[in-house]
Amino acid sequence: MSKNVLVLAESKDGELRNVSFEVIAAGKKIAGEGSVKALLVGENVASFSEQLIQQGADEVLVAEHSDLKTYTTDAYKQVLLQVIESESPDALLIPHTSSGKDLAPRLAAKLSSGLVSDVVDIEEVGEEVIFTRPIYSGKAFEKKSVSSGLVFATVRPNNIAALEVDSSRSGETKEVSVDLKDLRTVIKDIVKKTSGKVDLAEAKVIVAGGRGVKSADGFKPLEELADILGGAVGASRGACDAEYCDYSLQIGQTGKVVTPELYIAVGISGAIQHLAGMSNSKVIVAINKDEEAPIFDVADYGLVGDLFDILPILTEEFKKVKAGA
Amino acid sequence: MNIFVVMKRTFDTEEKVEIKDGRVDEEGAEFVINPYDEYAIEEAIVLKEANDGEVTVVTVGDEEAEKELRTALAMGADKAVLLDTEDLDDEVDHYTISEMLAAYFKNQEFDIILGGNVAVDDGAGQVAPRLAELLDINQLTTITKLDIDGTKATVERDVEGDVEVVETELPLLVTCQQGLNEPRYPSLPGIMKAKKKPLETLDLDDLDLDEDELEAKTKTVDRFLPPEKQAGKKLDGEPAEQVEELIKLLRTEAKVI
Ligand SMILES: Cc1cc2nc3c(=O)[nH]c(=O)nc-3n(C[C@H](O)[C@H](O)[C@H](O)COP(=O)(O)OP(=O)(O)OC[C@H]3O[C@@H](n4cnc5c(N)ncnc54)[C@H](O)[C@@H]3O)c2cc1C
Repeated sequence: MSKNVLVLAESKDGELRNVSFEVIAAGKKIAGEGSVKALLVGENVASFSEQLIQQGADEVLVAEHSDLKTYTTDAYKQVLLQVIESESPDALLIPHTSSGKDLAPRLAAKLSSGLVSDVVDIEEVGEEVIFTRPIYSGKAFEKKSVSSGLVFATVRPNNIAALEVDSSRSGETKEVSVDLKDLRTVIKDIVKKTSGKVDLAEAKVIVAGGRGVKSADGFKPLEELADILGGAVGASRGACDAEYCDYSLQIGQTGKVVTPELYIAVGISGAIQHLAGMSNSKVIVAINKDEEAPIFDVADYGLVGDLFDILPILTEEFKKVKAGA
Repeated sequence: MNIFVVMKRTFDTEEKVEIKDGRVDEEGAEFVINPYDEYAIEEAIVLKEANDGEVTVVTVGDEEAEKELRTALAMGADKAVLLDTEDLDDEVDHYTISEMLAAYFKNQEFDIILGGNVAVDDGAGQVAPRLAELLDINQLTTITKLDIDGTKATVERDVEGDVEVVETELPLLVTCQQGLNEPRYPSLPGIMKAKKKPLETLDLDDLDLDEDELEAKTKTVDRFLPPEKQAGKKLDGEPAEQVEELIKLLRTEAKVI
């Protein structure tokens, strides 16, 4: 029972994303006596190697090239294929992020392999690796295995706990040669809407506002609360449609799917399409003046009342908690 | 311009999901066009209006999917194609579906293929990128803007909330994200016209495929509902009292702060 696992690490704005550590932890679950190798792809990424080793990687492979600075399908696919060819892993785990979702199915097709997408749990049953994933927007789950090809999955951020940092760990870092050709996508511009903010997909805490927040200004107290909690601000489509905030914050069936430890829904009714994006959050708090609002059906803790009364008090109290009271 | 849309019939998102004999119970459920595929159909029609051309919608499924194909025709697509799974085993996966689509597209001339970025039932988003790979064409996923000028495509993508502006050449496969457009509703004349538009059904023989080549590469061992959530607590009292209670519970019971 031993597998050599290759995992893809991902960095953003000069930092490793937390999901990189989570795919390592996921890899450890199935490696047994085998090893977990982490692959870093980018322009200047070699310096992340030590962090990956301290978080459990046995070896780090580094693929650097100026054409790998920003993800494109062709370039990343070529790198992955080259590494798979040279390392012949038994299993491959990729973050279920924008780029992972774009890349993994393409690789699977090229390798003629099965692929299990958006995995939230991994277990080994005998020789078989069983993946759990949500279906129907989290209203149900399925367990799947790959019956032909690599043991191949994309792993949803924020679900498989990263390992503790172990600074005594050591491991090899190996450069891989990169040969890129026929890149068909040219990146013209990237308009940052999220920089400096906690990534919604990886946030441990999300404070989300709905139409009840009533204005763009009404979102400011939510931002303050999110800052105090080290979290991110999200929104319902109602709030986005009303132009209180950008669509990049939308959570739900047609927005982001999130699973933070704490989700605070403020002035959100809890329409089924909104629940689709957040109902698997670990703890849900709802603030709504309508006692009958469906959000209370999924909330662990419900505060019935006017959000404009409750939010300032809540923010003050959290400030005290965080100040170490 | 030859414009194609790959679409899927899905469970209406409002439906309650029940599991029966290890499968999602579809008895009596409403079905719709996958909402993301509606963006693809709309964009295809807009492209056709601007560039002249023809829109063909393609789905893999059984004859029940004819209803959703007719809806797409009523929206303004010109032709529909059903790749029939009747001859297949129960367990089909993204491999199977994408191979069937690829077999179909290998005999077509296409400039662009549009699809949704994910299907709301299965939620995997594998089929479109797999298809692009099998056809050896470029792909751009989760697009929110599409401009085509001759053979050049300028596209905006939603990348984790940021907007990426990219250029590439046709032929191309794109997957559509919310924000791209507002799908139209079929008009009454549209519905009437749709009845007379061509809807072709192709089976494995027509696609020159063998059942054995299409065997799924994953297997589903279980389907289940999430554990029933315990009824939440509604906190009582004045705002200050509710907040105090909440903080206590978050610390001692939920242990998240
Ligand atoms: C195909 C499709 C896809 C969709 N996708 C999404 C999606 O991805 N995400 C999404 O969120 N929605 C989505 N929707 C929309 C969804 O159906 C709802 O319309 C939307 O979620 C409602 O947003 P809301 O809760 O902010 O607004 P509302 O439903 O208007 O609710 C506002 C809430 O605020 C409360 N409130 C008002 N004032 C106060 C106050 N002073 N204090 C406390 N509470 C107050 C009200 O009691 C009410 O419950 C989709 C719909 C469709 C048809």
